[in-house]
Amino acid sequence: MTEITMTPETRQSAHRIQLALLSVLIIGLVIAPFVLYPVFLMKVLCFALFASAFNLLLGFTGLLSFGHAAFFGGAAYFTAHAVKEWGFPPEAGILLGVVGAAFMGLIIGFFAIRRQGIYFAMITLALSQMFFFFCLQSEFTKGEDGLQGVPRGHLLGFIDLSQPLNMYFFVLAVFAIGVFMVWRIVHSPFGMILRSIRENENRAISLGYSVNLYKLAAFVMSAALAGLAGGLKALVFQFATLTDVAWQMSGEVILMTLLGGIGTIFGPIFGAAFVVTVQNYLSTTGFPVTVLTGLIFIVCVLVFRRGIVGEFNASRLAAKLGLRSRN
Amino acid sequence: MTATGVNEKPGNHQNPAASRVVLTARDLRRDFGGFTAVNNVNLDVYHAKVHALIGPNGAGKTTVFNLLTKFLQPTSGKITLLDHDITNMAPARVARMGLVRSFQISAVFPHLTVLENIRIALQRPGNLAVQFWLPLGRLDVLNDRAMELLTSVGLENEYDSQAADLSYGRKRVLEIATTLALDPKVLLLDEPMAGMGGEDVGMVAELIREVAKTRAVLMVEHNLKVVADLCDHITVLQRGEILAEGDYATVSNDERVKVAYMGTDHD
Repeated sequence: MTEITMTPETRQSAHRIQLALLSVLIIGLVIAPFVLYPVFLMKVLCFALFASAFNLLLGFTGLLSFGHAAFFGGAAYFTAHAVKEWGFPPEAGILLGVVGAAFMGLIIGFFAIRRQGIYFAMITLALSQMFFFFCLQSEFTKGEDGLQGVPRGHLLGFIDLSQPLNMYFFVLAVFAIGVFMVWRIVHSPFGMILRSIRENENRAISLGYSVNLYKLAAFVMSAALAGLAGGLKALVFQFATLTDVAWQMSGEVILMTLLGGIGTIFGPIFGAAFVVTVQNYLSTTGFPVTVLTGLIFIVCVLVFRRGIVGEFNASRLAAKLGLRSRN
Repeated sequence: MTATGVNEKPGNHQNPAASRVVLTARDLRRDFGGFTAVNNVNLDVYHAKVHALIGPNGAGKTTVFNLLTKFLQPTSGKITLLDHDITNMAPARVARMGLVRSFQISAVFPHLTVLENIRIALQRPGNLAVQFWLPLGRLDVLNDRAMELLTSVGLENEYDSQAADLSYGRKRVLEIATTLALDPKVLLLDEPMAGMGGEDVGMVAELIREVAKTRAVLMVEHNLKVVADLCDHITVLQRGEILAEGDYATVSNDERVKVAYMGTDHD
């Protein structure tokens, strides 16, 4: 791959094009609820945020977690319980979900980072399955029924979230903040160290970095952001169920991230939008969704491993636009 | 050519402090299951000297490196660095104390630029490694020092290339420059010349000679010409144990070494 040398002028125009694309995306998301079904859009945004949080770990730190459903679904339970049973306002309920997910991330991460590769993935899977069975048995999750009829409440006491449009723009704002946080973490001094660990862990150690602390920090941040997505989803759908903590959910977020493009900011967003859309269409036809997602997974791994956004970034067009990612 | 800009006093290699021991290993032993990979190894690495560790394949050279840098825990024995016992320390901590290693396969961060590679090493001492809330632009304060290091090894024109796109020899040079960014007291180089073309060998040898004026260097190397030219002291390992020690003349005339390592008649 030849690197295109960029003069300050082309760099500046590339910057302008990137800003233009971003504005188009934002305007599209603002107009979207007037054209499309808002609940569908909110579902996309929740999963897009979840996948972005997951990608912080897989794409930018090089850690494949197979237990992210625990943080997503766990936060959904925490938020739903706090709002429904304790009468928390929505913002406090979501905050509780985030803190809960971060705490779980600390515990699961603490054990998982001791091993690498497939063993790391297996430990996260095992611990998240333990959490799944805890949720299945425990009182507060209401077992198979789940927590239903969670009120959306009033944001800051005066914005009525039971109005679909109000809820949509609240979700959009939280989504934007969440993705911005991922972007900020990745493009920060800390993010550079995470990338160095992904690139060559032993070298990072030999330069004096206690890589386990960095990995744990990244794990907790990823878990917290996944919790943000989960808490939000509990308010959107007004329920929290076992589906969100099941291992299939961990698999789905891997698929979304892989399909969209590992290690790119926009990849997980497009991947999540694609998967959620496909699921929505198929749910009315009776065609088994898992068969299709399995096929998509195989095609993705065989033909375009960089994912939708990753392949685009590697294309000539993207190079002209100055979008080539150098990660 | 100046390899570093750090505390280089002329004639430092002649001053009395230069002959002090900075890294020692005593009765080092490492078992893997029933197999003893390293046994009864004693080493003294001196400041401002180049010390070579040679031996046939499987002699345990890389294992000794891994033990000294704590990437492996010794089964028994003691390691001291600058009079501190580091036998039970974590590898990152040992690195922070000034014992920095390279690896057999070149250790750069391939998908980062050359400049970013150097900056990774400068970030920790510069206290810019944990700030996840700051923009990347904050790292620009490290650019001057990074470019200074790159210029000292002749990589300044490639600062914006991806490390993966450098030639093999230049990756090695980048790796050494990255290591020097930490201003280490002891440098451990695992086969720095492996797989290199002739001119690159000369370039890296010159760089090591320069670097060793102000710090201790311990290197594993197969290229005997390099060892003869560069190294003040040589330790020969065979089957995990020390076979012979001394300068090149002593070692190369040792009958056991000739038989075990260089063949019966190495000329």
